Amino acid sequence: MASNLVQGAVFTVMVVRAGMLRDPAFDSQLAEQIRRSPRFFLNAPVVLDLKGAAEFTRESEFAEAKEILHHHTLSLIGVQNATPPQLEAAAGAGLASFAPNAPQPSQGPLREPTRRAPAVAAAATKTRLVTQPVRSGTQIYARGADLVVTAAVSPGAEIIADGNIHVYGALRGRALAGAGGDVDARIFCSRLEAELVSIAGRYLVSEQLPAEQQGFPVQIALVDERLTVTRN
Amino acid sequence: MAGKVIVLTSGKGGVGKTTSAASVAAGLALRGHRTVVIDFDVGLRNLDLIMGCERRVVFDFINVINGDAKLNQALIKDKRNDNLYIFPTSQTRDKDALKRDGVERVLDELKDTFDYIVCDSPAGIEHGALTAMYFADSAIIVTNPEVSSVRDSDRIIGLLASKSRRAEFNLEPVAVHLLLARYSPERVRKGEMLTVEDVKEILSIPLLGVIPESESVLRASNTGTPVVFDEESPAGRAYHDAVARFLGEQRELRFLQPERRSFFRALFGRA
Repeated sequence: MASNLVQGAVFTVMVVRAGMLRDPAFDSQLAEQIRRSPRFFLNAPVVLDLKGAAEFTRESEFAEAKEILHHHTLSLIGVQNATPPQLEAAAGAGLASFAPNAPQPSQGPLREPTRRAPAVAAAATKTRLVTQPVRSGTQIYARGADLVVTAAVSPGAEIIADGNIHVYGALRGRALAGAGGDVDARIFCSRLEAELVSIAGRYLVSEQLPAEQQGFPVQIALVDERLTVTRN
Repeated sequence: MAGKVIVLTSGKGGVGKTTSAASVAAGLALRGHRTVVIDFDVGLRNLDLIMGCERRVVFDFINVINGDAKLNQALIKDKRNDNLYIFPTSQTRDKDALKRDGVERVLDELKDTFDYIVCDSPAGIEHGALTAMYFADSAIIVTNPEVSSVRDSDRIIGLLASKSRRAEFNLEPVAVHLLLARYSPERVRKGEMLTVEDVKEILSIPLLGVIPESESVLRASNTGTPVVFDEESPAGRAYHDAVARFLGEQRELRFLQPERRSFFRALFGRA
């Protein structure tokens, strides 16, 4: 009985670099990111990456970080790349430890924070498949994944993916690809009749979609910061 | 033998749910099936008027749910057909009076004596509509050929797939059928209404029938006679066809104009 008491599961979690919390622009940038797609971020779990942030050592600082993120509707659940004293302080603040953890502060060069998606984890690695029509009022979010729909997406339905979106049917609702900020994500559909299409926060509403592409199989990509619709 | 629960629902109001519930129930009864039609629109009781039994209502659905009356005290036998019973609702209460366990108990009791239990759902997607659809084995989605009705129907189909008892207990899904009501071939021809094909394409569920817009429907409502009893009227014959198809018969669609340019293409053809 005890053998299945604890089960493993794999989740996609956003990572926030600890150093960014000290950046005065962080607050407004994160707020802006969340404003664009509030539902993705609501109660989303976040891990604090302590790489290059050796100054984070006190339990109160972790509690403060938790509070800041909570203010943005994010839920801080743990730390990574923590040194042993940091791990201890983080545990004191109720935070879990996520691999990898550093025995000593990392000496690697710091990665520049990407301007468009400061708070979002890496690209999609799997695919979510939907075989039934997506009805009006339904929202499907493929978190950290591509989304493939093999039926129509109705007006008033919303399909969202951190990766690419493929619709093998008429796309009549809203489709938001690269929701986590991936500017390389694309939307493919067998018939474009969408209410709205969006990639990495850039969007076009039905009125702005080129009339000559309506009703045709197309792909939509972000080219030079502009959403571009091309016939397949 | 356990009866089947059929819900007539639409999301949008005024599309012809009650008219259709009355005619589908009467149509089933005319084909020899013992049928009861229940009004779930608590507080906005109309089915009794459409069925012409408003002056015989003593006890209602809510009385039976609350145990204040027995089922056979509340059921009203139709004067035109011995197989048909009407189960009116309360006009003085509201939808909160529809308690799920009470509804289940009443439906289970009805299943012992009836072949078909036709539930006339209220409009909307709130408690009343959700309760009406919850116990359904089949659903007939009543839709008008216009975009708002189609969108609301689409929403309801989604709810049937997620919020019904069959969905919650992972049983075989509710069988969903489309009934296209108030179809005016003339207005379709002018491009003022969606075509049958447009609606079928968007909702992608099997089409049970197309009921033409007809004055006979209004006349039938005002005289308390379901239009299906009117053998002369196209709407009455269309309901007969729909009931036959529901029971598994193959019948050609009637009262339609020939195919024409798709509404969407007409719409998007303009720059």
